[in-house]
This record gives sequence, structure tokens and C-alpha cells, in this order.
Amino acid sequence: MKKIFSQTEVRAAIAKMAEKILRTVEEPRDRWALIGIHSRGVPLAKRLAAALREKGSPEIPVGSMDITFYRDDMGEARLNPVVQDTDIPFDLSGRTIFLVDDVLYTGRTIRCALDELMDFGRPDRVRLAALVDRGRRELPIQPDVVGETLLADADQRVEVHLEEVDGEDAVWIADKRGSGKE
Amino acid sequence: MKDLLGIEQLSVAQIEAILDTARPMKNLFTRSIKKVPVLRGKTVALLFFEPSTRTRSSFELAAKRLSADTLSFSASTSSVTKGESLLDTAKTYEAMKVDFMVIRHSASGAADLVAKSVKARVINAGDGSHEHPTQGLLDLFTILDKKKRIDGLHVVILGDILHSRVARSNLWGLTKLGARVTLCGPATLIPPGVQEVFGKNVRVCYKIEEALEGADIINVLRLQRERMDGAFFPTIQEYTEFYGLTSERLRLAKPDCLVLHPGPMNRGIEISSDVADGPRSLILEQVTNGIAVRMAVLHLFGGSQGLTAHPRESAKVAEILTE
Repeated sequence: MKKIFSQTEVRAAIAKMAEKILRTVEEPRDRWALIGIHSRGVPLAKRLAAALREKGSPEIPVGSMDITFYRDDMGEARLNPVVQDTDIPFDLSGRTIFLVDDVLYTGRTIRCALDELMDFGRPDRVRLAALVDRGRRELPIQPDVVGETLLADADQRVEVHLEEVDGEDAVWIADKRGSGKE
Repeated sequence: MKDLLGIEQLSVAQIEAILDTARPMKNLFTRSIKKVPVLRGKTVALLFFEPSTRTRSSFELAAKRLSADTLSFSASTSSVTKGESLLDTAKTYEAMKVDFMVIRHSASGAADLVAKSVKARVINAGDGSHEHPTQGLLDLFTILDKKKRIDGLHVVILGDILHSRVARSNLWGLTKLGARVTLCGPATLIPPGVQEVFGKNVRVCYKIEEALEGADIINVLRLQRERMDGAFFPTIQEYTEFYGLTSERLRLAKPDCLVLHPGPMNRGIEISSDVADGPRSLILEQVTNGIAVRMAVLHLFGGSQGLTAHPRESAKVAEILTE
């Protein structure tokens, strides 16, 4: 495992994302909402909401989403994932929703999240914000807001660590084979 | 693990994985669209060789809410009446490429027999007087939902233990999760040697007044008259007099004691109507929870490895691994 972004860099990336959201998204701010994708997308969404508030935005509602029941690769999963709750405590209609995830990779998670979101309601627009875009997309899905960009190999794993979940802010990269049975 | 045959074979971690997954499944019921695509393209055959309304409807609804297709079969209208054997029926459905077989049969070990001879996942929906694991799991889930724990609770299982697969599944589940269980009923309806099997956390008590003292949960079993071919007690009236759960007797238990019944109920025999419909009754809650638990079971057994489980503390690692 190699650390590629430090605490300072992770926090700067989150601040940059908040700025980019404010700068580029034109829809009325009082109709925004953030939805974090479990697990690390959830604390990330909360941090973004706090950063946006600091920059003068009105209170932005934050929801969370677990996409396990919308996955299309359960047949291949080696372990049964622990399923978290999907909690969207606001009406989606008329809103601009930012889906927030820690790592954007194949795009399949986002496809699942879009499917689940549409079962909840009909948002006006959906945007995608990711802390790290590691490339190698398998679906035509691109982020609107990104903290850091890199190109990792398919046999590498990019892990975002956040203080709320992992006790530190950092981004790590690891060879899948070298990381043993972890 | 390929098949769910009984709670006896499940580890504590596997039981917890099912209960943990049933929680978000239950939350789906509050959405306007209650259906998720996780079992899209899978087929669930419901093979019921014994009559059932709630278990069968519950499995069917569970499968449908996961977007699976269901195939129903009932012994009375099938080739079974022409003498087709259990295994031949199962192999016929295997040839139709079903992914799951949910089996209810009057013979103990029926699901096990089928599981050994087909590739499809087999879920035991009740085999004779052996086990009814999803009922046991939904009882655990219902208790956990209300009491927030199983460990250390005092649970009374009341009535016809001898014929009851629900009692066996409950006994395995409750003792594995650390509850103390009291079995109460007429001596003729309590299987001999039950304490040797389940150990010191299980006691037998023939007096209902003694059994109910300090109870957190009472699970009232149905008097299975269809399985009784001998005289187990003099008359139904006498059974009710000695072992029927009434609101008067309920007062002997803890003030926050809750009442379960797997259904269908013989009202006025093993349970009085005022208890069944009263504020302590979780009977309808059990029906709702049953769907969530069966969804969790179908979902967890549906992966290529079947049911795998991990301790709760490593949930985060598991999440990373399945990324």
C-alpha cells in the first residue's frame, strides 16, 4: 500500500470540489441536495455540505444511498456485503441532486445509484461528484466535479480513507495481488 | 453455504448476516417502489407438498420484491397425485433451470434430500417436525427489532413442542444467540432428551405459571392436530385450561413481555383472542418481518458462493472487497 494523497491534499481536494460546485452549477441553491453513496460517499457528502455552507450556501440536505440491491454483479461477489440503509429524507422532484462517491472507477456503481434514485422519484437534474477519478471507465458515465484525477491500473485498488470511517484522511493505492488476503 | 436447510447448521455470524440484511429489506417496504432488481432474471420455484398460506405467499412476495420470477406448485394439483416422487419432481424443476427451490414437505429431511441432488439453491420452508429456518429467523428478527438484543433474554416456547419444526428452529437460533429458553407444555408434547441436545440454557417446565415467570418473550405454538395420531392429552378443553395463553396468565410474565405465534392460530385453544389481538402481540409484525427475512435469505444465498458471513466488525473490509 502506498499513500498517494495526504490529509492536506484530501482536504484541499474537498474544498476544491465545493468551489467547483458553486462556480459551475447554475441551478438555484435552495433546490440542491447531496446524496452520498455508502460507505465513504456518505461522510464525504456531509463534508461537502459543510464546505458549501461555509462558502455561504443555504443549508443543503444530505441523504445516503446503499446500492447493494441494485448491483448487477452479485453473482460474482465473494462476500455478502453488509447492507446499509438508504435514507433520502427529502422529495427528489424539482431538485438538483449531487451523487457523491469517493472513488469513480468503472462507473457501474453510479449506474446502480441512478437506477435506485429513479425508483425514489424524479429529480430535475443529477450531477456526479467524486473525490478521486481513477479512470478505466466501463460505462459512458463522467463526473461533473472531481477532487483528484489519476490513472490506476486495473489490478490496483484505490482506497479513500476518511476520518469518520477510517480515522485518517488519505488516499492509498495498492496492488490487488500484493495485498494478500485482505 | 449453498442451501438453507436449518438454523442448526448456521454459525452465529451467518445468522447475524441474515438478520442484518433483513433490516434494510424491511426499510424497502416504506418506499413507494418496493421492488429492487437484485434477483432479476432468477427463478424461484415454490414447491409446497403441504398446505400453506402465509409461508408460501411470503416467499412469493419476497421473491417478487427482489425481481425474481416465481413458479408455483402445489402437491394437490400436480403430478404428485399421479405418484411422482419428491426427487423426480425436484429434478423436473432442475431441468427447467430454476435457481431456487423453496420446499415444504411433511417428511423431515425432505429439503436435505433434494439439496443433495440438485444444483439449485434449496431453501427449507418446513420439513416435517425437523426445521422451519425462515420462521425461526423471522422470530429472531422480530424479537431483536423490539428488544434490541437476544442475548440474555428469557424466552418461553409454549405448547406442542414435539411436532413443531418452528420450536426446533427457534431453539437453535435462540440458544446460538445466547437466550435462555423455557419449553412448556404437556409432558406428552415435549420431546424427550431435548435438554441434552440444547444444553444448560434450555429448561423444561410442565407448569405454565412457573414457566412464564420473568419471561421476556412467549412464543405460542399451534396445536398441530393434523400431526397427532394418538392421544397426547385428554381433551382440547383440558389443554386450553392448562396451557392456553390468556391475558390473566400473561400477567405472570414481565410487564413488557411480548407474544409471538407463527400462525395459523387456533383462537381460544392455545391463545385467547384478547392476547392475540392485544397490545403485546407481535403476530402481524411477524408476518411483515417474514417477507423481509425471506428477502434477505434469497438475496444472500443468491450469490455464486451462497451464504458467506463475516463478523460485524469486519463489515468495512467486506465492503472494500466487494467494491
